[in-house]
Amino acid sequence: MTATDTTSPGPVLSLRNLTIALPAGADRDHAVEDVSYDVARGEILCVVGESGSGKSMAANAIMGLLPKGVRPVGGRALFDGQDLLSLTEKQHRQLRGLRIGMIFQEPMTALNPLMRVGAQIAEVFEAHGRLNARERQEQALALLTEVGIPQPEKAIRAYPFQLSGGQRQRVMIAMALALEPELLIADEPTTALDVTTQAQILELIRDLQARRDMSVMFITHDFGVVAEVANRVCVMRHGRIVELGDAETVLKHPRHAYTRALIEAIPSDVIPEARGAETDTALLEVTGLNKVFRSRGGLFKPAREVHALRDVSFSLVKGETIGIVGESGSGKSTLGRCIVRLERPDSGHLSLSGTDFMHLTGEALRRERHRVQMIFQDPYASLNPRTRVGMAIAQGPIANGVARGKALARADELLELVGLGGTADRFPHEFSGGQRQRIGIARALALNPELIVADEAVSALDVSIQAQILELLEELKQKLSLSLLFITHDLRVAAQICDRIIVMQHGRIVEQGPARDVFLAPREAYTRELLDAIPGREHELADA
Amino acid sequence: MSFFARFAQNRGALIGLIILVAIILMALLAPVLYPESPWRMVQRPFLAPMEVEGFWLGTDTMGRNVAAGLMHGAWVSLLIGLVSTVVALAIGVPLGAVAGYYGGLIDDALMRFTEFFQTIPNFALAIVLVAIMQPSVTSIVLAIALVSWPPVARLVRAEFMSLRHREYVEAARLVGQTNRTIILRQILPNTLSPIIVLASLMVATAILLESALSFLGLGDPNVMSWGYMIGAARTVIRQAWWLSFFPGLAILLTVLALNLVGEGLDDALNPKLARERS
Repeated sequence: MTATDTTSPGPVLSLRNLTIALPAGADRDHAVEDVSYDVARGEILCVVGESGSGKSMAANAIMGLLPKGVRPVGGRALFDGQDLLSLTEKQHRQLRGLRIGMIFQEPMTALNPLMRVGAQIAEVFEAHGRLNARERQEQALALLTEVGIPQPEKAIRAYPFQLSGGQRQRVMIAMALALEPELLIADEPTTALDVTTQAQILELIRDLQARRDMSVMFITHDFGVVAEVANRVCVMRHGRIVELGDAETVLKHPRHAYTRALIEAIPSDVIPEARGAETDTALLEVTGLNKVFRSRGGLFKPAREVHALRDVSFSLVKGETIGIVGESGSGKSTLGRCIVRLERPDSGHLSLSGTDFMHLTGEALRRERHRVQMIFQDPYASLNPRTRVGMAIAQGPIANGVARGKALARADELLELVGLGGTADRFPHEFSGGQRQRIGIARALALNPELIVADEAVSALDVSIQAQILELLEELKQKLSLSLLFITHDLRVAAQICDRIIVMQHGRIVEQGPARDVFLAPREAYTRELLDAIPGREHELADA
Repeated sequence: MSFFARFAQNRGALIGLIILVAIILMALLAPVLYPESPWRMVQRPFLAPMEVEGFWLGTDTMGRNVAAGLMHGAWVSLLIGLVSTVVALAIGVPLGAVAGYYGGLIDDALMRFTEFFQTIPNFALAIVLVAIMQPSVTSIVLAIALVSWPPVARLVRAEFMSLRHREYVEAARLVGQTNRTIILRQILPNTLSPIIVLASLMVATAILLESALSFLGLGDPNVMSWGYMIGAARTVIRQAWWLSFFPGLAILLTVLALNLVGEGLDDALNPKLARERS
């Protein structure tokens, strides 16, 4: 290895004018067009872009894993002097795993659920005819130790479902590294993970890269992640390279307007001045709320109990925005669902401007529902695919006794308000994710609710779209003096829009206070841990 | 774009519709072209097709005109197939929807009831029902409907169970829509695709079930049906192939046409597919 290093300082992989054609009828002709970049030996190259920018396509072409109908039509992808695009499937298989490793976004679906972790790692050696059965197990154990899985002797016998998301991603990394590839392609490997886990995985990748002197091609949408790991950055948009250069240069002095826009769209550490609440009357009062989920036990398995909420208390003043922040499993979504009464809390007290909202049931609950509305997370699942969007917005008022014509006219106005005027008779699939989220907001506004609960309302969106939606919410808040409960896993997003922040962990409230205080001077260790885990934070603080 | 234009974009659906219209025309024109009863013996038995002028599909074991039987039978077969399917849907869809939407005890109760019907072999139950009610078109339709609704209920229940936790359904609950509106407006339209496909297959099964009943002598003695014709011809299939071939072909074409039309309907009703093709 060292011998080749000195003789060939050239890149491990170099793409030259790569063009990949999409099938006819797609929204553009080429997934990537005229793309050239190098991955040098021992560097981490980050390929950044929003969804649909073609950032993953090039990686798929390199691995010979392009979807049906998509094919490279021009350019070359040189790996060690070989053009990867001209390889046969069999030759590709020789390279995959052996010389080019790959890790994917979703560690659950990338692992075989019915196979023990050790066997899956051993399979990598087996596929390339390496080692005997015992050595494979030994190697698997060594790899699991190297990627830092706690209790590797136990983990080797575990099934994927017994591991956490971060641990599964570590297994994936172990598999990718098994045959000591020269190039590791990581396609959004941390996107599905919590911030603290993400920070650990990034650390691991950086560490392994340095120890093994690998080259890494790291595909991500998150400039924070770029700031953490990248040596060089390649920014892509609509299948073309917008900017390519050193991480330092690109992050600090982006030349292209699009890169600048992307970097600016990241919620910054600069927290807007908190506005004082208009009144002191509590709109929402939550006291000692508890919720336990019980799974029905089977014949041979005991019933399982999960405490989603433990003794949660807080209150929200009219016109105020409270952010509820926590990692997955912290109970933040359950809290939101209890407040809008999609779930029924087990005990405690829940009142909305004096009305007991907790013990309402059936018809009485249905009649009061218009007072609290929700904006959902997934813009693709929250609209009925067979209902025109105008109708989707009008359905609420109609259900509450407004005449159909009047409700539809109001829907038009609301669409106008969220910036989608004149689109009432279209179906949801004709809109992009960000536009659908606007429609979801219009639907929540249609009933003039006293309180809106936004459950991860911007998490599924690209950063630039995310910034636009946050801006819209901010604008609506001022215009309509909304009271908002903003549930998110992203502390920085919360800090942008919220007056007060509540941090949750394991169903309990860990810390609550004004956004500024929680963000800049956290009192609890857990909050600090969350803050430190945010990728790219150091870079930004140094910048400020 | 109009509904029919969307429907017509699916070439197969258009062909299916043409076949279906031809079969319906056949049924309607039967009394005009063959005013005599199809049960009447009009020629020498076992005439092969085209052997004698005017009997282009030949005659059966008793010397009855196969072409006349085919045209008169079209009406009965279609009627039984369609009506029994509609009745089966009318029982199965609401039952499955309620069970799937509410879950819990209601679901348990309705599903035990459904299983009660499922555990009895279809055909045996149909025979018993027809035998008790006296063979007639009405009793056959009822019997077929009563034995064929459980799969509908199960399918609709499964669809409702997977759809009721979708975010758009939760959003509908949050804006205060009643359960009835949510079931009818939000969830049911999204279960249409599998229901339509299942229904077109059910029409086919109903036609076959009727033919099996007729074969056992439990058909309506007053009407000629394709099923009866095949049933009666089974014993002579090696001497006179045409006796079972033509009614069989008619059933095949009808079922095929219904499937194609069902698929076309499904596409035309689905806003996403409809606009993507255009």
